[in-house]
Amino acid sequence: MPRRIDALTVYGVAFLIFLYAPVLLLPMFSFNDNTFAVFPLVGFTTSAYVELANNDSLLNALRNSLIVGSFVSIFSTVFGLLAAMAATRYRMPGRAPVMGVIMLPLVVPSIILAVALLIVLRKVFDIPLTLWTVGAGHILLCVPFSMLVLISRLEGFDKSLEEAAKDLGENGWMTFWRVTFPLALPGIVSSLLLAFTVSFDEYVIAFFLSGIDQTLPIFLWSQLRFPERLPMTEALGSCILFASTIIVVASELLRRRGVKSTRPTGL
Amino acid sequence: MSATDGAQGAPRPAGSRSRGGLLQRYEWLRGYLLMSPTMLLMLLMLIVPIVALIIISFWTQDLYSIDTTFTLDNYWHLVQPGKKTTYWWGIPFRLLNPVYAILLVKSVILALMATAAVILLAYPMAYFLAFRVTRHKVLWLILITIPFWTSYLLRVFAWKIILGYNGVVNSGLISLGIIDKPLEFLLYSPFAVVITLAHAWAAFAILPIYVSLEKIDRSLLEAATDLGYRPLERFWHVTLPLSAPGTIAAALLVFIPTVGDYVTPAMVGGSGGTMVGNIIQVLFGRANDAPLGSALSLAMMLIVTLLVVAFLQLVGYRRMRHWDS
Repeated sequence: MPRRIDALTVYGVAFLIFLYAPVLLLPMFSFNDNTFAVFPLVGFTTSAYVELANNDSLLNALRNSLIVGSFVSIFSTVFGLLAAMAATRYRMPGRAPVMGVIMLPLVVPSIILAVALLIVLRKVFDIPLTLWTVGAGHILLCVPFSMLVLISRLEGFDKSLEEAAKDLGENGWMTFWRVTFPLALPGIVSSLLLAFTVSFDEYVIAFFLSGIDQTLPIFLWSQLRFPERLPMTEALGSCILFASTIIVVASELLRRRGVKSTRPTGL
Repeated sequence: MSATDGAQGAPRPAGSRSRGGLLQRYEWLRGYLLMSPTMLLMLLMLIVPIVALIIISFWTQDLYSIDTTFTLDNYWHLVQPGKKTTYWWGIPFRLLNPVYAILLVKSVILALMATAAVILLAYPMAYFLAFRVTRHKVLWLILITIPFWTSYLLRVFAWKIILGYNGVVNSGLISLGIIDKPLEFLLYSPFAVVITLAHAWAAFAILPIYVSLEKIDRSLLEAATDLGYRPLERFWHVTLPLSAPGTIAAALLVFIPTVGDYVTPAMVGGSGGTMVGNIIQVLFGRANDAPLGSALSLAMMLIVTLLVVAFLQLVGYRRMRHWDS
């Protein structure tokens, strides 16, 4: 097919610019030698990044976010994998409503999830708010994502491979480790990475369910009150953006490998 | 682990038969056993909390403790008629505490405006991806997906920088000599909330629409052309109806979370752009009135659910899904 430059192609490119330009202002202004985010740009400086590296409460928040993110990505992938295997391997009556409930956190506004969890934690069980409670909230949010990613991966390969392993005398556990797990691995890694990013970037649930320990988005939000720290906040935003983009690209490349392009995935 | 192996009755060691007799016989039981940890998680962390939210909404806050007698007071508080009439955008509210009703209505209206903007922006992009992009399709899809997963908070922050008093738009217009003092309505207004929401959620809407466009059987389009439809007629009578399920799903995926959004109105809304999510946060935080906050949260979910059900009835979504499969 000859390449056509029509209105639609122009729109496609314009849309991408619209999608990316606002966010790319963050790195741009973070290098600008001016406290305010204003045009014209005056000079190049990396002082905001030096300030970042020397900020102890920021480094502390970063450490917290990394801990919570890793914890969430592992647990959400395990729960997502179990559900995805059940959903793709067995005929189950009542599967649709059960899957519907598992998907709910995708559509319910996160503030509702946050306050509902807050009530149970504080008023019912009187559990103190810590990074553990943030992690628990994030797992709830990430399980549907993990499950969707893994379902599309598990549906993408031939079930007869697992049947063959069983017929050759492997038990269910060994079939899982020797056949299912290696074949699902790209999906599993992709789910680990995506759940990590979702947790790493999440603000509302973290804000409601955290105690004194801040995560990175909470720290970023708290810095917005100080106009003089705007360049540093922009620099922090740029770093988060850069890290998440790398993780998402890696995960997407993994996920789309081996999935036929004629069968578009749901997400 | 296949659909058939329970029935095949392949020879198995006697031990496993007695151990998992029921499990061997009923495939669905094995499925649910495998799914049970995830279901338990959802029970403990989704169903129980929502039930708790419902229960507490019938209790009342009593200064520092919670009075656990069943009452509808919180809901009455939201709709109690008053003597004074408050107007918002020309809509009269004759309520004692009009702030809640106003915020609910306002949240729904702002979310509807943002959703409409998102669908109008996303549909042509999805169409472009499905019908025009032939080379580097994976690259395009990844470019669309990155904003889907990366920070929502940062996208909103970027708009704060753009629309701010000393922001990009104002400083740009001043340095070009078009205005001589900053335009204040840009930030901290419903306008800022709608534009920010539209941008922040645009990436979420493309994929469902794209999937439904991609699934359309191309021979149907050829048939329409052969039968003499002009491109626009073909789009209107064939492509658009066939992509409706994905488009409707996209609209709901944006609309439902947007009504309760907290980040955007808090960051760029100011007092004029406050939405119901912000007042829920105040009720659970500073105001220390969790029961009223719960009632308000549930009222919001109820309104959203009713609107969604009414909308789906109106467009005949069930019938559409039926054709689809």
